[in-house]
Amino acid sequence: MRKEHTRLLLNGNHAVAYGVRLAQAKVIPVYPITPQTPIVEKISEFQARGEMEVELMTAESEHSAMSACITASLTGVRVFTATASQGLMLMHEMLHYASGARTPIVMANVNRTIGSPWGFWPDQTDSLAQRDTGWIQYYCEHGQESLDTVLQAYRVAEQALLPAMVVHEAFYVSHALEAVEVPDQTIADRYLPPFDPPHRLDPEIGESWGNTVNQDMFHRHRHDLGQAMERVPGLAREADAEYKKLTGRGYGIIEQYRCDGAKLVLATMGSMAGTAREAADQLRSAGVAVGLLKVKLFRPFPTEDVRKALQGVPKVMVLDRNFAPGTGGFLHQELKAALYGMENAPSVHGYLAGVGGTNVSPANILELAQAALTEGPAANSVWKG
Amino acid sequence: MGYSIAEEKIFNSGHAACPGCSEALAIRYIVNTLGRDTIAVVPPSCIAIISGPQPYSSMRIPVYQTTLESSAASAAGIKRALKAKGNDHTKVVVIAGDGGTYDIGFQALSSAAERNEDFIYVCLDNEGYMNTGAQKSSSTPYLAYTTSTPSGKPTPKKNLAEIMAAHGIPYVATATTGYPDDLARKVARARELKGMRFILVLTPCLDGWGLADNAGPKTSRLAVESGIFPLYEVEDGVRYTLNYGSKGIPVGAYFSQQSRFKHLAQAQLDEIQTMVDVNWRRLQTKF
Ligand SMILES: Cc1ncc(C[n+]2csc(CCOP(=O)(O)OP(=O)(O)O)c2C)c(N)n1
Ligand code: SF4
Ligand SMILES: [Mg+2]
Repeated sequence: MRKEHTRLLLNGNHAVAYGVRLAQAKVIPVYPITPQTPIVEKISEFQARGEMEVELMTAESEHSAMSACITASLTGVRVFTATASQGLMLMHEMLHYASGARTPIVMANVNRTIGSPWGFWPDQTDSLAQRDTGWIQYYCEHGQESLDTVLQAYRVAEQALLPAMVVHEAFYVSHALEAVEVPDQTIADRYLPPFDPPHRLDPEIGESWGNTVNQDMFHRHRHDLGQAMERVPGLAREADAEYKKLTGRGYGIIEQYRCDGAKLVLATMGSMAGTAREAADQLRSAGVAVGLLKVKLFRPFPTEDVRKALQGVPKVMVLDRNFAPGTGGFLHQELKAALYGMENAPSVHGYLAGVGGTNVSPANILELAQAALTEGPAANSVWKG
Repeated sequence: MGYSIAEEKIFNSGHAACPGCSEALAIRYIVNTLGRDTIAVVPPSCIAIISGPQPYSSMRIPVYQTTLESSAASAAGIKRALKAKGNDHTKVVVIAGDGGTYDIGFQALSSAAERNEDFIYVCLDNEGYMNTGAQKSSSTPYLAYTTSTPSGKPTPKKNLAEIMAAHGIPYVATATTGYPDDLARKVARARELKGMRFILVLTPCLDGWGLADNAGPKTSRLAVESGIFPLYEVEDGVRYTLNYGSKGIPVGAYFSQQSRFKHLAQAQLDEIQTMVDVNWRRLQTKF
């Protein structure tokens, strides 16, 4: 049989770099920040070895890196960048600009605490705080998923003409070594058609972008953006299914694990899903019917899928490794909103666990599950270590 | 200089500049000289207003309107993408104001210059944030009135031409709209070169400087003839050429056209005259 992939020992960041190489991004403006740097180092290495033909632009800031991503994409090439934490914060203005310009940029963000004070720890607040910028957001559990998601993100982004963020957490994913299957280039090429947008900055076409518009045009523009977002869950499901056909790997836009007859479902995102899966297994072995709901696509929020998944479930326990002062855990907020008005909706327990990068073990989750099974739900997220 | 302006009609009439605006005149010579195979980047400024509101455009080339601080990075992104597509002919030009260049956009500009990105950056310098109501920028001259320095700016104008020359980029030039043939020639010269090219164009602003509608060109010439704004070129940061310098006209003659200096006392005028003379002598040693 023809070899269709190579199995390599890679950390999560290097896995992302392989995904970008397979997507054949042509312009990559970057600025370094821990723990994102191995992504860019690997891409630079690919370029130096002649394995990737790419314009690497060493910008003086993430703000400029994103600014250059937007125009390179508008000029009609596939672009990529990667950042974390402060870098993402500095980009904020341009994140809105990117979605407004309908540029299908793919960016990896490695979740890291935001100062002050300084820290380098896994915490998803950086990317979640950008949830309203018009970017698609995917949260990944391990390096293999990050690589696969980069390819899926390009496909969906270019179909919807929206930028997409592929997110994984500092160190737990970014620096953890795992065996990763890197698909052959032929597979990636079959999956991802060349990027050739009809509207672009090109003197032969003569179209401009960014001019002042009136209220009515702005209104229509925002509405169009919203409609593009609404198409994303469908496009993402399809992209995942197609990917599975070619590689054997698919993740869904959400994942339900052992949810049959569950009296409690643990809901979380990113690397915590792996820990929660382990906890669910242990609880099931002990005869407690507990399942896992992993939210992979966070923006747009997969409301329909989540409602279907939680139909008939009495209790949900949300684990948020992120925190918005004044409102609590992001997933907790979004899940409550998604379930609002649903008949026989589960009660939702929001627990802040691992905020700031503290370790949350399967044993911790077992304790939290016991608490959720006995406690009544609080309206706001509760600090649980 | 004997340069005859060759214009391709890219810039159109009917735009929204104040009648008599020097920025509009500058845009005409810039884009009409660069020609049709050009993509322009414009940040918020009077230039953006002149570029036109959707669906209109005063320029027959693609114009990308970016954020105030991002012009140089945005231009670099376009040029890198063109290169990745194998297009080595389309030119990229930034046309930005002094606020977007000296201040908030300076970080991106300096970095693009250091990387010697392949585009032309033109700063239309009207010495203030005119689009937001004539506040000071770091280009505003010493003691000039602006709406944010009602008793006069306490510090001198930043010397951006020299700062850009210190980056050692292939081409730096100063120009002004009172010398249209010199401006057009410099744009044409920049067009032939590769790498980062920077042109600083002094563009007297009717509203912000308090000028009569027809005083733009005359004021522009007085800025040069008084030695306040000499016209020169710098190649690779070292080879200096003087085009038009001081004719010994007192700065008071230049200021008398403008209301932003009308509060100055004679002692202040004398102080400024001394500063101008010192700067002019220092510059002359470079030619
Ligand atoms: C980040 C940001 N801050 C502030 C503004 C508001 N703003 C728009 S134009 C402008 C001044 C531009 O001045 P200049 O670059 O000199 O151009 P001019 O209007 O004089 O042509 C400012 C401050 C903005 N658009 N973006
Ligand atoms: S305010 Fe000044 S720069 Fe702006 S359009 Fe009017 S004259 Fe031109
Ligand atoms: Mg100005």
